[in-house]
Amino acid sequence: MWDLVLEDRRMNSLRLVAPMWNGRIRGIHRLGAAVAPEGNQKKKRTILQFLTNYFYDVEALRDYLLQREMYKVHEKNRFRDKEWIRPDKYGHFSQEFWNFCEVPVEAVDAGDCDINYEGLDNLLRLKELQSLSLQRCCHVDDWCLSRLYPLADSLQELSLAGCPRISERGLACLHHLQ
Amino acid sequence: MIRRVLPHGMGRGLLTRRPGTRRGGFSLDWDGKVSEIKKKIKSILPGRSCDLLQDTSHLPPEHSDVVIVGGGVLGLSVAYWLKKLESRRGAIRVLVVERDHTYSQASTGLSVGGICQQFSLPENIQLSLFSASFLRNINEYLAVVDAPPLDLRFNPSGYLLLASEKDAAAMESNVKVQRQEGAKVSLMSPDQLRNKFPWINTEGVALASYGMEDEGWFDPWCLLQGLRRKVQSLGVLFCQGEVTRFVSSSQRMLTTDDKAVVLKRIHEVHVKMDRSLEYQPVECAIVINAAGAWSAQIAALAGVGEGPPGTLQGTKLPVEPRKRYVYVWHCPQGPGLETPLVADTSGAYFRREGLGSNYLGGRSPTEEEPDPANLEVDHDFFQDKVWPHLALRVPAFETLKVQSAWAGYYDYNTFDQNGVVGPHPLVVNMYFATGFSGHGLQQAPGIGRAVAEMVLKGRFQTIDLSPFLFTRFYLGEKIQENNII
Repeated sequence: MWDLVLEDRRMNSLRLVAPMWNGRIRGIHRLGAAVAPEGNQKKKRTILQFLTNYFYDVEALRDYLLQREMYKVHEKNRFRDKEWIRPDKYGHFSQEFWNFCEVPVEAVDAGDCDINYEGLDNLLRLKELQSLSLQRCCHVDDWCLSRLYPLADSLQELSLAGCPRISERGLACLHHLQ
Repeated sequence: MIRRVLPHGMGRGLLTRRPGTRRGGFSLDWDGKVSEIKKKIKSILPGRSCDLLQDTSHLPPEHSDVVIVGGGVLGLSVAYWLKKLESRRGAIRVLVVERDHTYSQASTGLSVGGICQQFSLPENIQLSLFSASFLRNINEYLAVVDAPPLDLRFNPSGYLLLASEKDAAAMESNVKVQRQEGAKVSLMSPDQLRNKFPWINTEGVALASYGMEDEGWFDPWCLLQGLRRKVQSLGVLFCQGEVTRFVSSSQRMLTTDDKAVVLKRIHEVHVKMDRSLEYQPVECAIVINAAGAWSAQIAALAGVGEGPPGTLQGTKLPVEPRKRYVYVWHCPQGPGLETPLVADTSGAYFRREGLGSNYLGGRSPTEEEPDPANLEVDHDFFQDKVWPHLALRVPAFETLKVQSAWAGYYDYNTFDQNGVVGPHPLVVNMYFATGFSGHGLQQAPGIGRAVAEMVLKGRFQTIDLSPFLFTRFYLGEKIQENNII
């Protein structure tokens, strides 16, 4: 349980906070508010960091709070007034997805996917695609880029950041997409 | 004295190894071993020269199942597929005999390196499609342990073929065939051409076909070295030498119509070493003629074409070397990055080379052919025959500066400009893989697989290349390919 690795600055903050913390060990849910919110923000973060390193419970709590925040962010994140459809933690899509069969797909975010030349077959059938993101796909190379011409009419944004295999030769054939 | 009486030729059936037999292991090659022991004992006995202490490591082996004459991309592709499709590992012993290890005159290294599917014959289209998928997955096919992956530098820019009024109908029907086979080709009118490529002058162009996928150009040297590396790792032996003689035996047989035919079988290939008189007779079961521009000489050595003209015995292999020039020029105002390989109505072609406004191209001569005795470049040919057509088609090319040029051979098939694949009907164990007249490189993987299937299984399995057999020269059935650049 006890993590023996300590950083010096955390040592300093420990001394400051220790009296307060000892008394409120039961109030672990209110640990985030142990230091006044208007107080030193940097101190607050390092205390929480230090405690996260020490206690699994604190770490679990922090992850939970983070997830709550992310969910709120997701709610706000809309693509031109339509939400992104994301898979849940098991990788499955929600049941509502099947209602969208007839709806034309406007944007596909395939970042960090293992999509390759044959996999692009599925994407190329989406005739109304406006935005395609193939960021950090390690198997996308020049041959794949030469396959993107069917989307020339509708595609407006294409992102290829972080693809290690494409070269200027593949980019030369992107002239189909005007 | 140990003496062995053998009827010449016929008794060798006991001693020849057929492809597919296992080497070593349980099946003891008694006959072969006994003959070797007898040879060694004979050499020790007084009166014979002792060969035991001489170093023969530079010579090719004395026995090999398959001897491939010619180590260019076609020969290596056949070797690769033979090793890939053999039924058990190490079942087939392959020897590749290449006269020039520097490949200074070989068509592969001097090639422009384009690949396209815009042919008129379905077989050619299928071969190109398979070759494109081979090149795309080249690092899975030609992976060697601990060796770096191959970078083919493929430019997927496509081919743009231009057609005048009289060729427009033929081009349309060709495109229909290409689309049926699965090639992605689009037809463009002169207006669309001008929209897409503003640097082009569409005077005289009625129709254009533009290959969208799987077409472009790549580095042929990389493919050659990749094949070489892989094939060596699979156990194929290489030898630098020249084939000077075939030792064969003939048999008179009757066909089903009771006509007499003389069937020949090659038993030995004499490989002469470079710059010396030393030669090694290699006993073999199958010979593959992949000698490119010099295939006709190899075929003549085997006896192809020795007979009265007009008969099957008298039909020679109609492949001859034709010299073609490629020029590299610099034009700062020229077409941009989107330039495909443009093939003009006049036969002139050019493509972008690199990112520095360099282009390379040439033209097949329509009048007299240059002398194929050497690979010297004729710069006047560019001035008189190539530049006017280029400048007409692309006005920006009126000001250009030629940087360099080279020449290479086409293994030109004078009969119908398409390749010869498969066994010779009379010399039963010689297989051809040659005569592709400028599109051998782009079809090499497919052809290698077809020849390997023919050798190992006796028939074409994946792509049916029966229209490309040798017999068409005798029967007069031309399969003309119209889109030869």
